[in-house]
Amino acid sequence: MAVGGAARAGEGGGGGQRPVVLVPARLGTRDLARLASVGLRTRKLRAGLSALGIAIGVAAIVAVLGLSSSSSAGLISEINKLGTNLLTVTNGQTLFGQTAELSVDAPGMIGRIGPVTDVQYDGTVSNAEAFRTPLIPSIDTNALSVEAASLGLLSAVGTTVAQGSWLNAATAQEPVAVLGAAAAQRLGIDRIFEGERIWVGDEWFYVAGILNQAVLTPEIDSSVFVGFPAAETYLGFDGHPSEIYLRAVTSQVNAVDSVLAATADPEAPNQVDVSQPSAALTAEADAQGAFNDLFLGLGAVALLVGAVGVANIMVISVLERRSEIGLRRALGATKGHIRLQFLSEAVLLSVIGGVVGIAFGALSTAVYASTKGWAIVVPPLAWGGGFGAAVLIGAVAGLFPALRAARMSPTQALWSI
Amino acid sequence: MTAPVTRPYPGPASPAAGDRLDVGSNPPVVLELEDVTKTYPGEPPVEALRGVSFTVHRGELVGIVGPSGSGKTTLLHLIGTLDRPSGGIVRVTGFDISQLSDRELSALRAGRIGFVFQQFFLAEHQSVLDNVADGLLYAGASFSERRRAAAHALARVGLSDKLAVLPTKLSGGQRQRVAVARALVGRPALLLADEPTGNLDSSTGQSVLDLFAELNNEGATIIVITHDHGVARRMGRVIELLDGLVLADSNGGADDHRGDGDDNGGADDNGGADDKGGADDKGGADDKGGADDKGGADGSEAPAWP
Repeated sequence: MAVGGAARAGEGGGGGQRPVVLVPARLGTRDLARLASVGLRTRKLRAGLSALGIAIGVAAIVAVLGLSSSSSAGLISEINKLGTNLLTVTNGQTLFGQTAELSVDAPGMIGRIGPVTDVQYDGTVSNAEAFRTPLIPSIDTNALSVEAASLGLLSAVGTTVAQGSWLNAATAQEPVAVLGAAAAQRLGIDRIFEGERIWVGDEWFYVAGILNQAVLTPEIDSSVFVGFPAAETYLGFDGHPSEIYLRAVTSQVNAVDSVLAATADPEAPNQVDVSQPSAALTAEADAQGAFNDLFLGLGAVALLVGAVGVANIMVISVLERRSEIGLRRALGATKGHIRLQFLSEAVLLSVIGGVVGIAFGALSTAVYASTKGWAIVVPPLAWGGGFGAAVLIGAVAGLFPALRAARMSPTQALWSI
Repeated sequence: MTAPVTRPYPGPASPAAGDRLDVGSNPPVVLELEDVTKTYPGEPPVEALRGVSFTVHRGELVGIVGPSGSGKTTLLHLIGTLDRPSGGIVRVTGFDISQLSDRELSALRAGRIGFVFQQFFLAEHQSVLDNVADGLLYAGASFSERRRAAAHALARVGLSDKLAVLPTKLSGGQRQRVAVARALVGRPALLLADEPTGNLDSSTGQSVLDLFAELNNEGATIIVITHDHGVARRMGRVIELLDGLVLADSNGGADDHRGDGDDNGGADDNGGADDKGGADDKGGADDKGGADDKGGADGSEAPAWP
């Protein structure tokens, strides 16, 4: 209809000529960018402060996601270094609630499972405690356990000797002990010197070494290790293993896991507990992320507050810039041009805040992760999500002010100042 | 001129178009009002215009004068296509503005009407050149084209040496010249000035009016709306408004009052339009010279000044 009107006008003007169609021009990207930045250039402080609101929210979200990813990455890389192919078999409980015993033959039987590459074990010497001296009251056990250990245990559990040396075929026969990391600490021993000894059971045992922390198997840390023969000779140990540590071909870990209980105790597989320590730790690393929900929520609240700030600034801006809006309408801007200008201004404001926030969040992640020695991981979800959230918030916060600006009648905008 | 001009922008015209004014005794009609009324709702409703008719031809310099409340600002809104009449017909360069959508009115303003305001309305953070170039922002011209046209327009108003200056560094008279340049930069069919001297002292006001007179001599169609009879006297034709009616039109004996008289006046106007058609061909030829082949559809959209 409008085009028809134009055509009629053309007829009146010249008769039978091409109809003149009035079509508003489209704004180029460059012009739009220039228009969107008008408010930012003219009111820098105000724009900066409202962008800061968005920046804080985005920075919080990026930093929380980045830090949790970096810390998980740190833990997981450690786990991977130690190997995910460690399985443990421990004695469970009988139907009557008593501690079950693993058979002496169990390690040998497990060793015959095809993909198993290494089997080591230890046995808890139940009637012996370890003390610094015989003068310590016997109830101060420090929650240490005395374990008889097979000689290849260290490589199987993925730890190493911090000081001194591990047991060997000779020292395994003699009253010689090696301390787990926590056990050494609790006994007050931080270095090895010749003749150092502790009171185990009713015997002095010479301390040969101290172990590093065993991340995959924390129970190693609070143990005092002696050789199997020594345990039998000096401590009355019955020789039954209580924990078996085995390494399997990584791709076959689950298959081995499924047959392990039945292999370890064919008569009563339900009395055997089988676990994969790395899986538990990985789950723990993931669970750490759950704490982040709280901080993410706080970040989202900050973003929301930032969005309200942007909306507020835009509403004020529209009111203040009535004459500019009126002038632009007089210069030929359509309602759409005005709407687009203010909407892009809000998005631009928000995106600037978002980019600053991403940079700040990534920087704080990098600083913190490097002090902790973690890999620096800022997941795409964090920066992508932060950027997307900023764009979205700008669009939502700018929509109402932009619609208001476009609805403004040009005559009122120009003549009622 | 090789500028790739998009639709509503009339484009820079050929400076050689010296024959713009000798197109005969009836230059094309730029603005046509037929029994225009405007009533603002309220209790009671305000009748700002109560039947205003007049016609403005290309090349006229018209002063619309009246005391406050006479309806001159309402008339400005209607002529400037910023508002629609309650009754009657307003035709700007042949387009009946009641028939056009808001978008089409915007395009009409972008290409064919230039505004000059009492308060100048210059963007303080932008250079004079960019302020003037923004006069073409919504007309579809490219950035470099806009700047070139802006430099040309600023040269015309005598501010060639101020291109990079911020408007805040200029005097009031210079600012109004910048605003005039912005209105002119698209070479509109109609230049509409609202109290252009209202914020200026009398001597700077006179120099702005001198500028209008010069531009008019070069072919621009200019309507100045003012409450100041002294300003209005400087115009070639004075239309006096009072209480929403035309009290007097100094061009009374000419074509317009025929239109006022009876409906046959409309036929007369059509006759004028035919003449305009004759002028149109020339205008079209001019426009082709000026690398604008769209303006040919309607002679009245010929550039306001060469």
